[in-house]
Amino acid sequence: MCLAVPAQLVEKHGQCGVVDLHGNRLPINTVMTPDALPGDWLLIHAGFSIEQLDPQQATETWSLIHDLRDADVQSAQLEPPSRPAADGSKQ
Amino acid sequence: MKSIAADKQNLDALMARLGTAARRASRRLAFMEVCGTHTTSAFRCGLQSVLPENVRLISGPGCPVCVTSQADIDELIGLASKQAVVLCTYGDMLRVPGRSGSLEKIRSQGGRIEVVYSSLDAVALAQREPAHQVVFAAVGFETTAPSTAAAVYQARESGVKNFSVLASHKRIIPAMRALLADRENFKVDGFLCPGHVSVVIGSNAYLPIVRDYSVSCVIGGFEPTLLLSALTCLCELAVENKAALVNQYPQAVTPEGNRHAQSLLMGAFEPADARWRGMGAIPESGYNLRTEFAKYDARIRFGLITPEEREPKGCLCGQVISGKVEPPTCSLFGRACTPVNPIGPCMVSSEGTCAAWFKYKGRLSPYSETPLQETAV
Amino acid sequence: MSIKETLSVPLGSTSGPRLSRVVLAHGGGGQLTDALLREAVLPRLGNPMLNELLDAGFAADGQYAITIDGYVVQPLFFPGGDIGRLAISGTVNDLAVCGCRPVGIAMALILAEGLERRTLDRVMESVSITAKEADVSVITGDTKVVGRGHADGMYLTTAGIGIRRQGTRLNAGDIASGDVLLINGPIGEHGLAVMLAREMPEVDSVLQSDAAPLNGLIDTLLNAVPSVLFMRDATRSGLAGVAADLAAKTQRQIILDEEHIPVRTEALHAAEMLGLDPLDIANEGKVVVVVRKGDVHAALKAMRSHPLGRDACEIGRVGEARDGLCVLNTAIGGRRIVQKPYGEQLPRIC
Repeated sequence: MCLAVPAQLVEKHGQCGVVDLHGNRLPINTVMTPDALPGDWLLIHAGFSIEQLDPQQATETWSLIHDLRDADVQSAQLEPPSRPAADGSKQ
Repeated sequence: MKSIAADKQNLDALMARLGTAARRASRRLAFMEVCGTHTTSAFRCGLQSVLPENVRLISGPGCPVCVTSQADIDELIGLASKQAVVLCTYGDMLRVPGRSGSLEKIRSQGGRIEVVYSSLDAVALAQREPAHQVVFAAVGFETTAPSTAAAVYQARESGVKNFSVLASHKRIIPAMRALLADRENFKVDGFLCPGHVSVVIGSNAYLPIVRDYSVSCVIGGFEPTLLLSALTCLCELAVENKAALVNQYPQAVTPEGNRHAQSLLMGAFEPADARWRGMGAIPESGYNLRTEFAKYDARIRFGLITPEEREPKGCLCGQVISGKVEPPTCSLFGRACTPVNPIGPCMVSSEGTCAAWFKYKGRLSPYSETPLQETAV
Repeated sequence: MSIKETLSVPLGSTSGPRLSRVVLAHGGGGQLTDALLREAVLPRLGNPMLNELLDAGFAADGQYAITIDGYVVQPLFFPGGDIGRLAISGTVNDLAVCGCRPVGIAMALILAEGLERRTLDRVMESVSITAKEADVSVITGDTKVVGRGHADGMYLTTAGIGIRRQGTRLNAGDIASGDVLLINGPIGEHGLAVMLAREMPEVDSVLQSDAAPLNGLIDTLLNAVPSVLFMRDATRSGLAGVAADLAAKTQRQIILDEEHIPVRTEALHAAEMLGLDPLDIANEGKVVVVVRKGDVHAALKAMRSHPLGRDACEIGRVGEARDGLCVLNTAIGGRRIVQKPYGEQLPRIC
């Protein structure tokens, strides 16, 4: 959920920052990204930066990852599910 | 000029790959998204209309505003109707219906409702108007809850005495579990998981779901190509009968999530039971302010007693949300329940399943080019 | 019960219990405004002309048109314009899109006690400048003052009289499948500029209102292409409102092409930040034009020769189906319905 947009940090004074969103400069609170510095790309939601973004991925157009299940895949057990417990979870 | 549009080549390659996976499935595949922004993004790019014929993307209980219960809205309305109370809210909340009205209606009757973009705006308002009690309607999933926590901390640090929070934040994973627990009736082939909630909670948070229920979770971004990519991945996993967790939003989502946001959140809030419109009570699916922040808790400050919740009669949102039925089956759809007068969350959200179907005026289905067939219900 | 019976309620209309009080959304120019007119105004005042709910009403066998608009914008001054510029542009444009030349404006001022004289002077200056741009004069007016705190400082109402141009054949009824929709430039800027100025003054944006009188542009267009079929300025409720209304009025399918709808990057991102769809956002210097396919080249050439039409382009067409729906072909090759917005543009967080 949630509307969040990438923007570049242009100023920072303590927790207060200003980001640039393609010609729109917006003051935000950076408490959740304390290590961010001007020049960094941040994800902005409801007046806060909620994460620092990998700068390359933030600015490049998405390009297809040929193996869609590239890095960061954590597979669960591959056997078919066993009989479910009363709450629906697997035994 | 206008385009967050797909790179054509990537798009064509993705669509081909999705088509291949869908054909290999040789059965109907249903995936669920649980994110209001995914619902909106999917609707805006007409995603349903490009999916292969046997692939469905169901809108689950992903809009935290829309699943805010009638009782919670009535509480907000009650507060807003008090003199000398200013209710600050995100714009999304304005039209959500309570038993006898909405915040929009209360505003027209003289209630003081201020739409804010940030929780800190509410604190600032409280500082500017010490004569008024300023209450912030805190809604949203884990993406937004930390910013409410930040507002509470700021109020405490600045010594603001006239600020409090009526918290009805929700947690998505307990809701996913509640759906999955209905093993008999709830069958999806995988979840498209919310990109921005995952930024805060981390991708690891979904592992227990994948393991306990053998259901895939793919964390996806919001642009059309990212949505298609996530769905393609879900299809391929389903076809191969695999359950896996895949993070397709690695630019923002890490396995651990945002620790700063989490400690902000957990410093001020603790998990608590919550009621969801269309789904009833789900254990540990919400947040309450911790006792050390009791003085910022509007429920305590104003001595509120949460009214009893009754699901509106005839509302089938619970079944729509869990993908069991489609809107025309509900007897309220298009009659008592319309976008201007919504009853359940599926119609409250302008892109919820029922609101989306309503736009098609019954002449087309969101899924196909051909007009609806007349079928007896 | 068949699906058809279930859906026999006139969908897309504002069915449901009447709100017992006026809400802000009633003034949004969207579905709720339509409902208010249908429920409160037309039953009592209705007549063949009013029932059409056109931007201007015609009299004297269609030779003269009259239009009126109230301006209650907050703040009074915003990037790219002010209430005075809006008041002249909006009224001139309502006449121009009906194929009329504006010949005079009547203006009523409602001023709040305590309004700074300097503010009034600035607004009047802006009215004067805009009227000169439009080659029209304010020929009569009225002034009232209300108590402090009312009228948000100032409200303006302008009425305009226009004379129908010779040779225009504007008639939505003549629209047929294959006809093409054009627009004179990028959308969403006025509404965003005003909303940011009012709700988020801390945002420093390059966005400017596009408020401008379009009669010069429209003259140029009609001189080159007298057979323009339809024009409407895309004000409150945006391009979505115009397109959805056109579909409903003609009972034809109107098809918009997302990739061809012009939106500036800064507008797109500001809208995205607020959770708004540029299609729904108000414009005050944009006109949607419908022409026969054979006239597209000449129409675009004419529009692009004018400063307010440099970015004119095709945005869609009239489809074959007779379903009264407005459909957007999306950038990914999908399709979705475009509806007239409810009425109040609110920033979203989810």
